[in-house]
Amino acid sequence: MIHFILLFSRQGKLRLQKWYTTLPDKERKKITREIVQIILSRGQRTSSFIDWKELKLVYKRYASLYFCCAVENQDNELLTLEVVHRYVELLDKYFGNDFGCWFHLMRFLSVLDSWSTPALNSGVPRLTALTPDFCLF
Amino acid sequence: MPAVSKGDGMRGLAVFISDIRNCKSKEAEIKRINKELANIRSKFKGDKALDGYSKKKYVCKLLFIFLLGHDIDFGHMEAVNLLSSNKYTEKQIGYLFISVLVNSNSELIRLINNAIKNDLASRNPTFMCLALHCIANVGSREMGEAFAADIPRILVAGDSMDSVKQSAALCLLRLYKASPDLVPMGEWTARVVHLLNDQHMGVVTAAVSLITCLCKKNPDDFKTCISLAVSRLSRIVSSASTDLQDYTYYFVPAPWLSVKLLRLLQCYPPPEDAAVKGRLVECLETVLNKAQEPPKSKKVQHSNAKNAILFETISLIIHYDSEPNLLVRACNQLGQFLQHRETNLRYLALESMCTLASSEFSHEAVKTHIDTVINALKTERDVSVRQRAADLLYAMCDRSNAKQIVSEMLRYLETADYAIREEIVLKVAILAEKYAVDYSWYVDTILNLIRIAGDYVSEEVWYRVLQIVTNRDDVQGYAAKTVFEALQAPACHENMVKVGGYILGEFGNLIAGDPRSSPPVQFSLLHSKFHLCSVATRALLLSTYIKFINLFPETKATIQGVLRAGSQLRNADVELQQRAVEYLTLSSVASTDVLATVLEEMPPFPERESSILAKLKRKKGPGAGSALEDGRRDPSSHDINGGVEPTASTVSTPSPSADLLGLRAAPPPAAPPAPTGAGSLLVDVFSDGPAAQPSLGPTPEEAFLSELEPPAPESPMALLADPAPAADPGPEDIGPPIPEADELLNKFVCRNNGVLFENQLLQIGVKSEFRQNLGRMYLFYGNKTSVQFQNFSPTVVHPGDLQTQLAVQTKRVASQVDGGAQVQQVLNIECLRDFLTPPLLSVRFRYGGAPQSLTLKLPVTINKFFQPTEMAAQDFFQRWKQLSLPQQEAQKIFKANHPMDAEVTKAKLLGFGSALLDNVDPNPENFVGAGIIQTKALQVGCLLRLEPNAQAQMYRLTLRTSKEPVSRHLCELLAQQF
Repeated sequence: MIHFILLFSRQGKLRLQKWYTTLPDKERKKITREIVQIILSRGQRTSSFIDWKELKLVYKRYASLYFCCAVENQDNELLTLEVVHRYVELLDKYFGNDFGCWFHLMRFLSVLDSWSTPALNSGVPRLTALTPDFCLF
Repeated sequence: MPAVSKGDGMRGLAVFISDIRNCKSKEAEIKRINKELANIRSKFKGDKALDGYSKKKYVCKLLFIFLLGHDIDFGHMEAVNLLSSNKYTEKQIGYLFISVLVNSNSELIRLINNAIKNDLASRNPTFMCLALHCIANVGSREMGEAFAADIPRILVAGDSMDSVKQSAALCLLRLYKASPDLVPMGEWTARVVHLLNDQHMGVVTAAVSLITCLCKKNPDDFKTCISLAVSRLSRIVSSASTDLQDYTYYFVPAPWLSVKLLRLLQCYPPPEDAAVKGRLVECLETVLNKAQEPPKSKKVQHSNAKNAILFETISLIIHYDSEPNLLVRACNQLGQFLQHRETNLRYLALESMCTLASSEFSHEAVKTHIDTVINALKTERDVSVRQRAADLLYAMCDRSNAKQIVSEMLRYLETADYAIREEIVLKVAILAEKYAVDYSWYVDTILNLIRIAGDYVSEEVWYRVLQIVTNRDDVQGYAAKTVFEALQAPACHENMVKVGGYILGEFGNLIAGDPRSSPPVQFSLLHSKFHLCSVATRALLLSTYIKFINLFPETKATIQGVLRAGSQLRNADVELQQRAVEYLTLSSVASTDVLATVLEEMPPFPERESSILAKLKRKKGPGAGSALEDGRRDPSSHDINGGVEPTASTVSTPSPSADLLGLRAAPPPAAPPAPTGAGSLLVDVFSDGPAAQPSLGPTPEEAFLSELEPPAPESPMALLADPAPAADPGPEDIGPPIPEADELLNKFVCRNNGVLFENQLLQIGVKSEFRQNLGRMYLFYGNKTSVQFQNFSPTVVHPGDLQTQLAVQTKRVASQVDGGAQVQQVLNIECLRDFLTPPLLSVRFRYGGAPQSLTLKLPVTINKFFQPTEMAAQDFFQRWKQLSLPQQEAQKIFKANHPMDAEVTKAKLLGFGSALLDNVDPNPENFVGAGIIQTKALQVGCLLRLEPNAQAQMYRLTLRTSKEPVSRHLCELLAQQF
């Protein structure tokens, strides 16, 4: 089960957060700060997995944006990476290479994310199934 | 701007967004937003009714403003209105706003629930999905209460569309996770299982997620899912990469569904049905085979998806832990990954192997990768991977590779990341204890830990080493010597000072014979660290000092000076001050006897699970934060830090030398606070003299023996002439020796002092000394109860021929022993000729009216009359040859019962009484000894050879003496000691 997803820039600026567990805001901020710092301080050629408390962080960098999922220990790490990748493919498909839009809409993406939640959970995100949800505007 | 320009326009929104994007400063952005908010407010409040399109547009703007980080306090009603629109896009924005902005206690919730209810009943699949998504996204308890009963119905209804079923399954899953009690189990659960057969892969995937969660609580209700899951899995695994079309991800068929099915199967034991099981094993084999096939794509997504299935398959194989063939194949596959260039794969391989190591079928296979894993520990750049490697080393450790693994982990510790040091320290400490072949290695390892990573050595770790040293008499001398050396480092960690202080305070006497570690040297070494230490450590050191006063009377003046100093007596810390004052007074007021009783060595700790192990378990658990607090509750803590409580009636244990000099004065053993098994108390304490000293001086045994000179003016002969006759009762009065008498006797073959016997009522301590064919033994009978023993009469009996072989004279003792009191009995022993059976000691008394009787074997064995003989190699071989008759030799090959430690063996052989001859045996591992057994009638020359075989954990013992029965008897006695 995915506990939360964080998207942040190389400068450590949080672009998107989605929580699937209930936590007070203060706790979320603390966790976010901690995780951003852990991941940004990682060197080159490290693995994509980090043990973090009783969870496991699975992260990957796309351009200057880090995608990080916190999953449970017995969850499949490689497949979580592919969930992230699938998500990036979706974003790419809808926003193309318009990076200005990308960044500016990043906060808007939490909306998108909330719509794609069931898709993420079901594991096989299908573009066609999601299409109506994405035609927001 | 593809996203914005798509769909049905909303130009106003697009303009607003691009305005915001063009803002040069934060202030400009806020200004623009405030303008827009005022505009929307006026529109909502205006008289003109807004159409759906405008409502949607303004609600979208509000959403966008909210997502930019501004609070929104209006517009909710408009959003709720959108829910009842018939246009998809309007309805959708309404739900979006609600999911993001409406909290559960809102007054609108009733209106919202009503709208959702309508949509669920609408039979329009898109609307139903929107409603289900909203329930799932909000996921609150209120929503659960309102809809939990409806959703299962939608899920299993025959006429539901696939996309609705999929959303319903996920929505139910979400609600169940949030509040399981709200989801009613019922007839639908059986039908959910059949969704695994659904044509639509999306439905199957969602259903597997739901079943995996539900079956954890009621595995039996969903048991039928096993065969369905297996057949589904089998169809996917055997399908070609193009068969599943939409569900093929980078040439891998349905990786998500495969992994979920494999996870679901891990909720159950292996299938009972042979056909199902066969099909499953076939699947697992196919996956393993596919791993060897060349990749269909160079993309990392392909290999990730493929390996995700592979790792999940291996998890299932490990979960079943019943197919040795598959387990070994899995291990080999992971072994390949250990050297893969992808860091992720190396990480996962190490992780999976860790669980594989605990299976009996694959443990050996895992062990073959030890070098690769050690290399990973040394060379991996990624701390996560190194951590996995350390975990794996811990998991694959057993007796055969413990030394290698522990030394590698110690080396790694020097450079390890701070975050994982404490865990590594705990693991090293556990492995060292668990697989210690000899305890000196254990002590070395722990001291190394403190040296390398002192800050990370938690209390549990150093408590544990103290517990073990206290309980293992064979390591005490070594421990004292090693900590003494460690403390000499110019900068040593405070934990080292703690361990050193405690060990020297208890066992410093064992190394006091060496002038380099004489008592004043020990004291000044410890005291040189004193001022740099924390209060807790200083408190511990003060306890060490007072123990020194007892162990080494010559240090008394110096230590009293230290205690008297203003910095102690008037210390601001109340604990230190109290200790200083109390210890000072104790040392000046109490007599030597009282001091010796009060400051007595700590009794052995009761055996218990290693507190370190418990700590590691806690660390791994979720509540790692509280581990430190819990650690304080370690039961041994009060023993160490709580100070020496004057009331604690521990057993008197002066050091061997002090004790032998003041043999008479030494108070007999008092009962320990709690009876420990077989009363090993005194045994441990006394025996370490010979057991631990050999490593120090050239001939410690001689020094030790010279101290055995009887302290009393009268010679042994005079004592023997003592007229008191042995009050031998008729043999018919003597019961058979207690069952453990032989075992107790064995303990005394190589030692002369200790506790002979202990039960709830009575403790019998022994001190004895032997010279040539004479011996004197002191027996101390301690009444452990508070009630007086009456008619107390201990007597010595010679069974059989013993009368002619051994003369034992006893003195009478008082026939009453008060509660808590002790009486002493002196025995004078003369060996007339060689003997095989020991005399018996019969103790009878009345306790509370009930007669008690007890028969023990007196610890007098023939080897007590050994006189060590030094001789050159040449002489030895000459004599060895002279005793070459078959009946003169006795040989025994036996398995080691104790750790094979050369120092300990040496000590035991010396304790046995023979001299140890160096440079005689060509193999330096072997021990050669010689001695003469002195009896009044004759002398028996005796040569012995002990050959340890560390690999086989065996010994071969050969004895040659001039008398056949003596050879055999000595051989048997000695063989039981190793």
